[in-house]
Amino acid sequence: MQTRKFRRVYVWELPVRFFHWINAFSITVLAVTGLIIANPPAILSNKEASDIYWFGTVRFIHFATAYVFFFNMIMRIYWSFVGNKFSSWRAFWPFNKKMWHNFLHVIKVDVFLANEKKPDIKDISIGHNSVAAISYVILFLLALVQVFTGFGLYSANAGWWLPKMFAWVVPFLGGDFIVRTIHHATTWLFILFTLIHVYLVFYHDWLEGRGEVSSMFGGYKFVCDERLKKLVEDEEIEAPVDEEAMEIIE
Amino acid sequence: MAIEKSVKETYYESIIKQGYSRRDFMKFATYIAAYMGLETSMIGQVAKSLENTFRIPVIWEHYQECTCCSESFIRSDHPIVSDIILDKISLDYTLTLMAASGHQAEAAKQATMEKYKGEYILCVEGSVPLGDDGNYCCIAGRSAKDLLIEAAEGAKAIIAWGSCASNGCVQAAYPNPTQATPIHKIIKNKPIIRVPGCPPIGEVMAGIIVHMITFGRLPELDGLGRPKAFYSKRVHDSCYRRPYYDAGLFAETFDDQNAKDGYCLYKVGCRGPMTYNSCGTIKWNNGVSYPIQSGHGCIGCSEENFWDNGPFYERLTGLAGFGIESSADTIGKVAAGVVAGGLAVHAVAANISKRKELKSRTSRGIQNEKKLDS
Repeated sequence: MQTRKFRRVYVWELPVRFFHWINAFSITVLAVTGLIIANPPAILSNKEASDIYWFGTVRFIHFATAYVFFFNMIMRIYWSFVGNKFSSWRAFWPFNKKMWHNFLHVIKVDVFLANEKKPDIKDISIGHNSVAAISYVILFLLALVQVFTGFGLYSANAGWWLPKMFAWVVPFLGGDFIVRTIHHATTWLFILFTLIHVYLVFYHDWLEGRGEVSSMFGGYKFVCDERLKKLVEDEEIEAPVDEEAMEIIE
Repeated sequence: MAIEKSVKETYYESIIKQGYSRRDFMKFATYIAAYMGLETSMIGQVAKSLENTFRIPVIWEHYQECTCCSESFIRSDHPIVSDIILDKISLDYTLTLMAASGHQAEAAKQATMEKYKGEYILCVEGSVPLGDDGNYCCIAGRSAKDLLIEAAEGAKAIIAWGSCASNGCVQAAYPNPTQATPIHKIIKNKPIIRVPGCPPIGEVMAGIIVHMITFGRLPELDGLGRPKAFYSKRVHDSCYRRPYYDAGLFAETFDDQNAKDGYCLYKVGCRGPMTYNSCGTIKWNNGVSYPIQSGHGCIGCSEENFWDNGPFYERLTGLAGFGIESSADTIGKVAAGVVAGGLAVHAVAANISKRKELKSRTSRGIQNEKKLDS
């Protein structure tokens, strides 16, 4: 029995990796500070209120991180027009046949854990699989909800035109009550996303052994040798991968 | 007719006639300018306008309400407010305060509506029930909806006093049996100033009227139709307990030491951070106090649906469709638990279902490991 030959393929470019980790970091900070703001812990102190500012600091961190989160998202949108095909907006566009074929495959094999008699190598996605791509589209929409409701709530105190541009959100939805509730509830959807996302990354790495986890650090994923030739024949990648990238890993 | 005579009087003339001195009048002009947030240099303009402007004819309608708005207005800090502003401006028709009653009162209203068509201000206190053909609120044998549409027809502008007229308030709370409806949802073709609050602050009400007299136009309104001068800041932003909030010092219950020390009421349900009003600056009862200063959290009475937005003494409000007791956090925790459980089941099932694949991979890996030259 022979082990398959794998090659390194550069999938996640540096800006994509930066985006991912800045995004992960800011979501974590935003969720933690957000939940603290929603229900602050009882910290007793015998100091005067004028000597303490921890809650104000937590709020400051939340607002500052919100800007990081927002501009990072803008950067990623830009990169989806100039980056490689794995980071392109086309990779997230759900309205084509190939995408839905792969979607059903992933649901069958990876979610409901069915075993295929004759696995087709082409069903293994090199970038995101379709289910993942759709989950990121949903995450993007949730991020928009947070940006709009968050800046909307912030706008009344803001001195800058950017958050003020979202001032219409509060009257549009009817008041701070409902905006705050939406902002708070959506935080939980981010938490649920994170649970599922991290689990599935580990799951794919564990089952397929293609460097799913490390790819978000180094940028490379392992792709079957035969697959690579096939891809070149089908002209699905632009040019033959250069010698250095062809470094064989066994 | 009495209306005609009084309308020809300027505000200043009425004030002097009432027995106030020029000095009292100037004090009032200064005081109201301060409440309106105007610079001291504007006091002259306020005084001049009150001297030269003829009384604006006003029809003050009362529908589904408790009259707390009128009560608040007549308890305004300065006697001139109740004496002159309310007394004189609402002379034409206000069924709770006017001397005339019955047919006489209705006739006075009709006369004003005809004579000052397109000029009078329509003040509305209370919401309008639309359920059962509007039969839940009838005045002089006609439904509130009828009366409102008729009175709004010739109005220059409409002021929706209080949360009832602005948002529907308590009678519009779920399930809203009478279909109590705020004014802006019925009248679409007139400028409407919404002055929410249950009741609104008397000085705010007076300030809005003086603004219209002084500048001859509506005050600047925000996205919800509220005057920006009084509703652009949250109660929280002008709260004197705000330093405790920033310091993270909170009352945990109403009977703990923190509450006695006057700490922030955020965790016992204060709605100050979500409520736009001037309570923190103008305060109530001649500037004596306001709810938070008296040790009770803000209930958000000037916000839409404040009555339905969960218990007043809890911070989190319920999510619609998930039952009364469930908050976003409870649902979130349960969902996270369900997801975590599901993932654990998936992990176990994956080990069982994919066992052949895993086994062959592991054995191939072990073979390769043995082939390593060491």
